[in-house]
Amino acid sequence: MSDVTPRHGHGDNEPENQALGSQRSGADDGSAEPEGAPHRVIGTPSPAQSRMLLGETSTGSTADSPVVRERELPADPADLVDAKRAERIVAACFILAMLAGFGFIAAYVIFGVHSVTKVWHSNLALGLTMGLTFLLLGAGATIWVRRLMPDVELSEQRHPMRSPEADRDAFVETFEEGADASQFVKRPILRRTLIAATVPVALAPVVLLRDLGPLPGTKLDHTVWRPGMRLLNYGANTPIRPGDFSSPGGMITVVPDGFQDDFNALAKAACIIIKFAPGQVLYTPQSHPVDGFTVQNWTVDNIVCYSKICTHVGCPAALYEQTTHHILCPCHQSTFDAARGAQVIFGPATRALPQLPMTVDAEGFLVARGDFTEPVGPSFWERGNSS
Amino acid sequence: MSVDKALGSTGNWLDERFHGAKGFRTLFKKIFPDHWTFLLGEIALYSFIILLLTGTFLALFFKPSMTDVVYHGSYLKLDGVHMSEAYASTLNISFDGRGGLLMRQIHHWAADLFVAAIMAHMIRIFFTGAYRKPREVNWLIGIVLFTLALLEGLFGYSLPDDLLSGAGLRITQGVLQSIPVVGTYLSFFLFGGEYPGTDIIPRMYILHVLLIPGIFLALIGAHLFIMFHQKHTQMPGKGRTNENVVGAPTYPYFMAKTGAFFFFTFAAVALASTFAQINPIWLYGPYNPLAISAGSQPDFYMGFLEGSLRMMPAWQWVVFGHTFAFNVFIPALVPLGIVLTGAALWPFLEQWITGDRREHHLNDRPRNAPTRTALGIAMISFYGVLWLEGANDVLADHFDVPLYTITEISRVAIFAVPIVAYFITKRVCLGLQHKDAHLLEHGVETGIIRQLPSGEFIEETRPLDEEMHAKIARPEPLPLPPGETDTGAEVPAPGMRGGLGRVRTRLNKIVTESVQVNGHGANGHGPNGHGAHADEDHAAIGASAEEPPDHH
Repeated sequence: MSDVTPRHGHGDNEPENQALGSQRSGADDGSAEPEGAPHRVIGTPSPAQSRMLLGETSTGSTADSPVVRERELPADPADLVDAKRAERIVAACFILAMLAGFGFIAAYVIFGVHSVTKVWHSNLALGLTMGLTFLLLGAGATIWVRRLMPDVELSEQRHPMRSPEADRDAFVETFEEGADASQFVKRPILRRTLIAATVPVALAPVVLLRDLGPLPGTKLDHTVWRPGMRLLNYGANTPIRPGDFSSPGGMITVVPDGFQDDFNALAKAACIIIKFAPGQVLYTPQSHPVDGFTVQNWTVDNIVCYSKICTHVGCPAALYEQTTHHILCPCHQSTFDAARGAQVIFGPATRALPQLPMTVDAEGFLVARGDFTEPVGPSFWERGNSS
Repeated sequence: MSVDKALGSTGNWLDERFHGAKGFRTLFKKIFPDHWTFLLGEIALYSFIILLLTGTFLALFFKPSMTDVVYHGSYLKLDGVHMSEAYASTLNISFDGRGGLLMRQIHHWAADLFVAAIMAHMIRIFFTGAYRKPREVNWLIGIVLFTLALLEGLFGYSLPDDLLSGAGLRITQGVLQSIPVVGTYLSFFLFGGEYPGTDIIPRMYILHVLLIPGIFLALIGAHLFIMFHQKHTQMPGKGRTNENVVGAPTYPYFMAKTGAFFFFTFAAVALASTFAQINPIWLYGPYNPLAISAGSQPDFYMGFLEGSLRMMPAWQWVVFGHTFAFNVFIPALVPLGIVLTGAALWPFLEQWITGDRREHHLNDRPRNAPTRTALGIAMISFYGVLWLEGANDVLADHFDVPLYTITEISRVAIFAVPIVAYFITKRVCLGLQHKDAHLLEHGVETGIIRQLPSGEFIEETRPLDEEMHAKIARPEPLPLPPGETDTGAEVPAPGMRGGLGRVRTRLNKIVTESVQVNGHGANGHGPNGHGAHADEDHAAIGASAEEPPDHH
């Protein structure tokens, strides 16, 4: 059924000889195939034609035994008429891909950037040409495989992953011989000192990471707020008088004077102030925070100041609903009641937003009476009961 | 000069130096089986290559620095605004470099596709049992790759230092800080002090562009090498057994197909990046710890962690002056831990329960492993509830449902949905097994009613064709429950004694529950040599072997 050819018999043949194998007879998937044979060829194999792909034979290799093999892959697809058609389609795909590829280069040259509109056009042109190039290349290659390459289904034997016993035994022997020769087992003092010597080698890199950052100390317990420090309206960075609030209403973000551009300070010290109508806030008569109450002598003229940093994981609690006095953190929806000491009424936060003690200075501007009386922001291990 | 000659001399040159003729021939002849689901892993691989290519381009222009600069670039709305150099350089990539925006968008889309493809690939591997011996190590490597992909993605989209990603980073920091005992230190070391500091962008940058991609390359290399060495699994079908692999050879078939698929993947992300804007950081503005926008959503693969944080009730303990922020570290660590640890342990647990320590190269149809499939669906629905809760604000907005209601529902759903999903899936699988068993036993209903001479009406059935039979027949008999032997010995095997043994027996009953097929049907092509009913089947072969194959 196949013309088995010794490899070395064709050393001088022209490549055209390849065409010998091109005609398939009865090429159909139904042809008989030996069950269990290591390689099952669907379709009748054409005569094999070994080629000298590796070039001229090396010097005097004639002593090698000739390699005998038959063709496993048919040289041509079953339907040559369809293949011709497919060939044209594939070539068309590749030509269009080439044009789109040049189009990409042209788009790079033609379309400038430096403005939103220009970038938009440039992105469209570059992306479209690039996408088309790859799409057409992929389509061409797929049609090529599916319609031009002959259908084959080959089967390859699997072998158990477990090595044959002889190999395993031989490995164990070799390993043990090596272990013996290395003296690793026989001389415990070598073994132990080696292990001891590697301990610092493993530890040193970890130690080396120590200076990645300072130790936390009590840094998380405090913010930059100090007595008499003015509250600035964030953005405009202007101090605020209680009278600036014409009516009860929205929420204003405030920052400590002098730190308005210091992100590290603001990440803890940012606050919100809200002006309430008289009687809206549930005040505690005490001078320190109690759950569900706002400290009255920390407020000025029904203006209340809370930390803006959510006690859950530290997002800015930036949404405020006037009608319900709810402060909502948009990240995980912890909700705080601004009229009740900013206590948690929904969501994953466990603690109220800390209240900043406020008063007014000689010029009538809102100032801090001092720092928060508890750490702001998310919980941490050392925080404990410091509330 | 002919092509052959050029190739010939090159080949000769190489072979004389590398002795490659034999090895490359083996490589060329290697058989790759086909199934559309085998492409999922390829999508992941090719997205990774696209990420390397576009990432290298972006790194040529990106400045991983938190130094404060005043922007005077082409995006006029931010002219004169203070921002970090990282954000400014991302704006410059987008607006002042040709192709920069396209590369940024391709990088982002490819990252999303990368994670999505890994997930889909893992789901395929799980449901078809392709993780079974001898492929457990590759499954574990896959899980590490998946975890790293999440981290790599998080670092990557945080690099531009925009307002949206900054919120994500703030959350990451808050979570880190909540970890008992070491959290505060971890946070201070990662950020070089207090949040936000000026170190985090350069540090994430080097992890994002060097360390993690390096680990990726090594692990993907190992993943592919192991896959190659062990040979790919195949789906059941005619002529496919546990001892062979059926398909087309690498050269030229697989090479051409996979090359085409790379182009398709690239085309898909390129076209997505052309028409679908992603991560328009200029609209978000530079990061500022005081600002945030409502409806902030992370990339899809972080959504489940976001949902987990949103769902958790406000639990916290203070014990001996120390804070256990259960409200933060439980949702951050436990769901991810359940999914990943569960996935990592499952192959070994399944082996222990079933006592099945054979090699498996023929994939299961999901219905033929009802318990595994049900567990998988339960896990996916668990993830799904977390993921949906991560978008609870968006859901509330679109469907006009109160926000808190969604969260309250999700707190119940996170337990209820996976349990319900488990039982439904298992019943569905067993039902499908019944259907298969019916087909195997009685053949396909033809709708032709025939009257027998006795006056009795019967419906004619047609036997399954070979291909269909091979597909739906359970390729291997279920493994014997451990300890049960053919001799019917009363004494339980060592692994089945004691309390643990009883648990194992119970689990075994659950895991191996399936519909029995009577081995004498209208059709009887013994699917393979080691089927328990192979002998009975042979009696029936004559009935169907002459039947022409039928289409399905």
